Amino acid sequence: MAFDIDTIVELISAFCLLIGSFLCISGGVGILRFPDFYTRMHAVGVTDTLAAGMILVGLMLQNPEALVVIKLVMILLMTLFINPTASHALAKAAIHNGLLPILDDKEGNKTENNYQESGSSNC
Amino acid sequence: MLMGLYNYWVVVVLMMIGFYIVIAHGNLIKKIVGLTIFQTSVFIFYISMAKVKDGTAPILEQGTELYSNPLPHVLILTAIVVGIATTAVGLALTVRIKEAYGSIEESDIQSQDNLIQEAHTQDAQSQVTRSQVT
Amino acid sequence: MKDLFAVAMLVGIYGLLSASFFVAMDAVDVAFTEASVGAGISTLLMFVVITMTGRSEDPVRHKPLLALIVVVITGGLLIYGTLDMPYFGAADAPIHQHVAPRYINDSMQEVGVINLVTSVLASYRAFDTFGEVVVIFTAGIGVLALLSVVRRRDDDELIDSVNDSMHEQHLILRIVTKMLIPFILLFSLYVQFHGDFGPGGGFQAGVIFASAIFLYTLLFGLSTARRVINQSLIRLIAAIGVLLYGCVGVVSLLNGGNFLDYNVLSSDPIAGQHLGILLIEWGVGCTVASVMMIIFFNFAGRQEEQQQAKEKEKS
Repeated sequence: MAFDIDTIVELISAFCLLIGSFLCISGGVGILRFPDFYTRMHAVGVTDTLAAGMILVGLMLQNPEALVVIKLVMILLMTLFINPTASHALAKAAIHNGLLPILDDKEGNKTENNYQESGSSNC
Repeated sequence: MLMGLYNYWVVVVLMMIGFYIVIAHGNLIKKIVGLTIFQTSVFIFYISMAKVKDGTAPILEQGTELYSNPLPHVLILTAIVVGIATTAVGLALTVRIKEAYGSIEESDIQSQDNLIQEAHTQDAQSQVTRSQVT
Repeated sequence: MKDLFAVAMLVGIYGLLSASFFVAMDAVDVAFTEASVGAGISTLLMFVVITMTGRSEDPVRHKPLLALIVVVITGGLLIYGTLDMPYFGAADAPIHQHVAPRYINDSMQEVGVINLVTSVLASYRAFDTFGEVVVIFTAGIGVLALLSVVRRRDDDELIDSVNDSMHEQHLILRIVTKMLIPFILLFSLYVQFHGDFGPGGGFQAGVIFASAIFLYTLLFGLSTARRVINQSLIRLIAAIGVLLYGCVGVVSLLNGGNFLDYNVLSSDPIAGQHLGILLIEWGVGCTVASVMMIIFFNFAGRQEEQQQAKEKEKS
């Protein structure tokens, strides 16, 4: 196999796309398997942002024309801004409505009742 | 032969799901959701008819000969925006119905209308008997 | 499914899935519109309405067996009707025979834009698009008639004090939004003017512009948004969009051609086509953006009015 620059670029791009897909799937598994709203959101927020980033980098390397790369870079920047902000907004809305995370008590047991009827909590 | 027609069957299934939601649920919001599903299935119908095998998107490029048919795309573009406009008006009507009747369940609205209807006919009858007495 | 909140979310996801389906079917313009409209605006409107009308539905009291039978019979008849249809993707289907080859082959000479969907939408079938713009405008008037609330002028000091107290709470969201909104508006202008060369055009641009304003309204409050965007100006712009479209047609009439015939708008037919398409896409974009804003502001204003009435009842 000739190790010229084209093959290496294609290999890196394929690697990035595969990693991105794997991260997406693992984020999906996280949504289904984690016990609590906050842990689920953490799983999705982190893995989805990184997965979108890896897929976009893979796409950039697939077709390195200037205009396409610039557009993909802008999409990547927007995703990096918007995804964590969306997770933050979801968590804020959940705290405001009174959903508390499952934490450990002093003895090490998990708290049973994690819904607190609070009117206006300080967030 | 059957494998060539599966896209129409998918459309028919979606259409029937939307139809069922409209006629079987009493909640007005769910009826509007059913209409949305019905609309989208019609869009899928047109767009799947427009696709030509091995064709590309209908934007002229050097070197490609076969394009998908742009005419249904135009019709569906119009239809999508008109659909959202009518959905907005439908939702506005739902808000006003909630304010006027206090509920958006079809059975509640029907029973309130029947009560008003009975009250009107009783009023009319009592007026007729009063005019007969005097 | 009793929770209408979950139903609205699922409708949004369904819209996004159908948008990706449209991309797989090579319908990029349609996918763009469906993604922005179906997955964005319609979900938002449903959420606002569910806030006002209640979150769960009553349990069904009658048995839907008759509905199921009707649906199954109709579905069976429809499937029987599709047995005669042409196969999926066949290039010799009747739909591809009559008008479409003319559009595909002659559009470059007659109209001169490379996006076939824009050329058909804005030039060959401009009259249908005119009807659509009028329908959107009528829907905006309908929502105005149903939901508009006469407000008294809000106190400016009251708004500023409320704004400052909320600023602390939503700091991150506000700052990120302030950074993002100019880019969203710029993107909508890009989509508007790039409709000739790639997917885009007036509708998508109008919806994206309106969604930037929705983002601002959601985070900064309705009163602040009303001060930024004057309501009468929005209504004026909606009317001006439709008027611009009609005027282009009338100018074509006055210049000797048919209604909405762009060839007579300028000395060179191709330049006339470009000018005509630019103007009407501009009209479409204006009307769509302002009608979406009218719809959203009226829904949100009604909801605010209901909340204020409830608070007055409690006190």
